[in-house]
Amino acid sequence: MSNPLEDMDKPDTIFAIGTNMTECHPVAATGLKKALTKGAKLIVADPRRTRLAELAHLHLPIRVGSDVALLLAMAHVIVREGLTDQEFIADRCADYEAFETHLKEFGPAWASEICEVPASDIEQAALWYGAAKLGAIYYTLGITEHICGVDNVQSLCNLALLTGNLGKVGTGINPMRGQNNIQGAGDCGAVPNNYPGFQPVISEEAHEKFRTAYQQPDLDLGNSMTKVTALNLCGLEKDGIHAMLIDGENTVVTDPDKNHCEKALKSLDHLVVIDIFLTETAQMADIVFPASAWGETDGVQANTERRVQRLRAAVPSYGDSKPDWWIISEIAKRLGTPGFEYESAKDVFNELCGLSPIYKGLNWDNIGDGVYQWPVPEKDHPGTPILHEKSFKDGKPGLFKIIGYRDPAEVIDADYPVWLTTGRRLQAYHTRTQTGRASGIDYLLSEETLEIHPDDVKDWGLTDGKFVKMASRRGEIKVKVEATTRSPRGTVFTSFSFAETNVNVLTGSGYDPITQTAELKVCPVRIKPA
Amino acid sequence: MINDPNSAIAAQLSITIDGQQTSFIEGETIYQVSKRLEKDIPTLCYDDRLDAFGGCRLCVVEVEGIRNPVASCTTQANDGMVVKTSPPHIEKMRKTLLEMVASENRQIDVDPLRGLASQELSTLVNKYGARSGRFAGKKSGTTNLQDLNPFILRDYEQCISCYRCVRVCAEQEGDYAITVANRGFETQITTEFGNDLRDSDCTFCGQCVQTCPTGALADKKAIRHVELPEEIKKTRTVCPYCAVGCSIDLMTKGDKIVGAQPAMDGPANKGALCIKGQFTYDFIQHEDRLKKPLMKQPDGSFKEVEWNEALNAAAKGFADARAKYGRHSIFGIASGRAPHEAAYTMQKFIRAGFGTHHIDNCSRA
Repeated sequence: MSNPLEDMDKPDTIFAIGTNMTECHPVAATGLKKALTKGAKLIVADPRRTRLAELAHLHLPIRVGSDVALLLAMAHVIVREGLTDQEFIADRCADYEAFETHLKEFGPAWASEICEVPASDIEQAALWYGAAKLGAIYYTLGITEHICGVDNVQSLCNLALLTGNLGKVGTGINPMRGQNNIQGAGDCGAVPNNYPGFQPVISEEAHEKFRTAYQQPDLDLGNSMTKVTALNLCGLEKDGIHAMLIDGENTVVTDPDKNHCEKALKSLDHLVVIDIFLTETAQMADIVFPASAWGETDGVQANTERRVQRLRAAVPSYGDSKPDWWIISEIAKRLGTPGFEYESAKDVFNELCGLSPIYKGLNWDNIGDGVYQWPVPEKDHPGTPILHEKSFKDGKPGLFKIIGYRDPAEVIDADYPVWLTTGRRLQAYHTRTQTGRASGIDYLLSEETLEIHPDDVKDWGLTDGKFVKMASRRGEIKVKVEATTRSPRGTVFTSFSFAETNVNVLTGSGYDPITQTAELKVCPVRIKPA
Repeated sequence: MINDPNSAIAAQLSITIDGQQTSFIEGETIYQVSKRLEKDIPTLCYDDRLDAFGGCRLCVVEVEGIRNPVASCTTQANDGMVVKTSPPHIEKMRKTLLEMVASENRQIDVDPLRGLASQELSTLVNKYGARSGRFAGKKSGTTNLQDLNPFILRDYEQCISCYRCVRVCAEQEGDYAITVANRGFETQITTEFGNDLRDSDCTFCGQCVQTCPTGALADKKAIRHVELPEEIKKTRTVCPYCAVGCSIDLMTKGDKIVGAQPAMDGPANKGALCIKGQFTYDFIQHEDRLKKPLMKQPDGSFKEVEWNEALNAAAKGFADARAKYGRHSIFGIASGRAPHEAAYTMQKFIRAGFGTHHIDNCSRA
């Protein structure tokens, strides 16, 4: 998030797109609800009539995957109506003229055809966000899990740049990250393109720094591949991936195209999984190591607002389980890799701080109260709750990006005439390896259902509460129908939380070409009574 | 924050509390200013996250020039005001009020596992010696044992009508799942149509439980462990679910996790939690947990082995892959659920061990 969570009750206009916040980030959503009681306007763009959509002054139930068209048209209206912040654009941005020209042909009438919402509603959303004194954008995976995820995010950036809604209290571009420490995994360099602290692996300076720090003369200079590519290369004779270490991820349930994923992992010579349960992924491993769980280990995690906080052990590790860092270090030592002589989580974290420019002012002892939001570039620096206050990263201008609308990887047709979109539910976390084992949850959520508009249930000859077969180009699952007006006509929804209703057998139609994030939010399907 | 008495405006306004002159900001209540001076004013209906309610009357103070005592939580400080927080006649009034409140409840002492604020009433009753029982008689509130939800006990015989639960649900959560029905001794906290919580707008965030000052609302999962003999210990940590990063006090008795409570001073959540943070911690000590390293046998089954054997085999597998296919044949996937130390050592395992950047995490799914 560019802005802190405590800002969430401060905007006068909130634009929430592709975020089911009351279910996925309920505590953050309380901030938005408070903004509403103070009189803020809420615009929600989401195909589904979520709780957040019910709270909205304007709900745009756009067709899944049509976000770019909506955002282009909103920018078009903002420019046409003179609602741009010309001073901000002149001082802080570049490439505006080309963008302005690009927008001319993409008005609300054009977008209305693609998004399947009235042009007047698109116009209204643009007028409200454009006129905001403090306009804030919130989004989640409804924006990123598309083949055009990067385009979607950059389209939102264009809106914020146009209106100068960045670098101030109560504004910003605010992605609500999913997992507790997904921000931290990136911060720590567990990505193929960056070392810890987002130092690019293509940087010669960073390369030299880590060659020395890690005593690895053969360290590659340049990018590697994502997990998605790696799975595609599993078992291949030429340039293949033949051994994997997976820590705490139930890959075969969370990832799209389950069958492909299982086949990939099966083709490995050597698969080692570290987890707290024998997950579906762990079952495929040659060796499984029992990790200490949350509540059993000391450590650090970073939240969606870049706040670095301490985790503390409350009970001993279960059975013979050990902290992840210990297990990984012990394997590394046995491979003769230097630099793994850690005695505690503190040792590991302090090493990270020493190598990461955004954590340079942090150490194990000063993060106890969780007051710091990175970047913290030096000791005694107060941290950075709001990004981009005076300038953008490295003093570069904010660039307007020319983006065009693209259809999803697969669109509905005669064979697969229904849009499926997937997501999460309040009472379940991801694949339920944890919440599914918490007592009481079954009372509220015991099985997965497929949300279908009541009129579609009728028209398609289905029955509420009965099972249907739902098929995509990749597979078929059985799931129980729930007739609800949360779904719009022609679009159905289910979560991926229940392994027995594994919707990721169906998904996986395409990937964003830059991030290789899967298009989990759009999948044409056909539905028949089971 | 309005509570910055050192600002320029504040310096112009002053109030005298128990003989001590202090500055305040326009809009601050007598209670807020007194709190800053660490005055011990009792309250039952007060939760500093909520709008002041003025229902319990325990926070009454004497203000010079005003005949009757005033509720300090709802009375704004005025320039030149002179306040006495706890003169004897006010203390006596508080004691009487507490005796009346206590007279309505089935029990005053409740287990602290019921909820974060559950000890407030018993603490005050003890402090004021208000167990006289001289108002014993009519009682209000009917305990709802029909609601079989596994999270929230609705023991309304313990309810004192402070409405903190109703207000936290509305003001803090924005859910408006519960409300107050009837008046006087008939007062009852209920849902729309008197439904079970499951059939209301309740999200089971547990905020009502944690703000209840008497234990009328209680954490059903936590009170299963009332009989365990050990003292309750609280460990401050951060929720393991979404990336909001709510601070939690994990409660243990000995080596057993018995519950979770929100941290009121948590920088990201300021006392709020959702159902997952509040009620789904018990996967940790679930019997399905892996206890020992496992190695796959030729028949496809797993065998529990000692650490050293498994670690040697794990290392050998990677060494063999490196020897046979080269260092670019190995890939690591780090977790977005495990702490920094896991992600950091994972990427170092790959970079330092094999000199590649074959490392990713689960953010693409």
